[in-house]
Amino acid sequence: MKVPSLRAQAAATVAILAAGFTLVFFYAPLDTEGFIQKIFYLHVPLAICSLAGFVVAGIHAIRHLRSGDPVHDARSYVSIHLSVIFGIAVLATGSIWARAQWGKWWVWDEPTLVSFLIVFLLYVTYYPLRYAIEDRERQARYASVFAITAGAFVPLNFLAVRLADPLIHPRTFSSAGGLPGSMLLTFVVCLAGIALLWLSLVRFELTAKSASAKLARLRRALEGEAHPPPLAGSRIAPGLPSRTASASWMNDPTTPRS
Amino acid sequence: MPALPLDEAGKYVAAAYVVFVALILVYVAIMAAKLERIQRELGELADLAEQKHSGGGVSDV
Repeated sequence: MKVPSLRAQAAATVAILAAGFTLVFFYAPLDTEGFIQKIFYLHVPLAICSLAGFVVAGIHAIRHLRSGDPVHDARSYVSIHLSVIFGIAVLATGSIWARAQWGKWWVWDEPTLVSFLIVFLLYVTYYPLRYAIEDRERQARYASVFAITAGAFVPLNFLAVRLADPLIHPRTFSSAGGLPGSMLLTFVVCLAGIALLWLSLVRFELTAKSASAKLARLRRALEGEAHPPPLAGSRIAPGLPSRTASASWMNDPTTPRS
Repeated sequence: MPALPLDEAGKYVAAAYVVFVALILVYVAIMAAKLERIQRELGELADLAEQKHSGGGVSDV
């Protein structure tokens, strides 16, 4: 399958997000919550994409451990990075909604909120874990083990929350009959837009990392072995290979490899 | 729970969307700064390559 260029994908992201937000404010009807329910079209897709991103990171981590290919480690790292950023947005938009609806920024006895916070904090510990290890190979391996373990925890956590008694947090798709058609359409467009945004930012960051890695190779080639590689921008470049043989992912990390 | 009036709810809805957009903008700005650094370093390497090509050898950079 031909992968669209990053520019085309970014344009599609902007178009779909703009269409989604237009539907939110000019098409979707108000429900019993009133206008505040408009936050739902942003908050829920962000939460879905954030959690799905953590699972995707776990899948890339499995592929990294199986193949040893650093491109999968880089993808796992970037997936977690973007999902943590989306997680911040989930917590912020959720808190704003809670303040308006419940009069409180946070409620500690609601399983949905607390479980998401636990998952978020779990993934925040990924960074200190990763950078506490200096050896690149070991760093990538440990980070992959972490991503797999935590990635398996996400669906289990989600299931546990769905099985638990909801207290006050609304269940989006559990009420009989689900969402009305117009609301569902708006929600699906917003979900597609946010998912595309996540994908585009992942590709954007991978492309930047690839450019940074190529630059480091170029500098090594030009300056020779007499000068140690400066590792330009590689402090956060996971799996930046020191071996020439494994540097092939830098050619195009955004293209799926079989 | 009764629905909030539009003028009250509107502030919260606007805040949620502004937070989202701001977060994405901050991320893109950070990435843009990184790309700018890459571009600068690429320029330095191009200069170095030109020096080497003109027979000057590698000088300390």
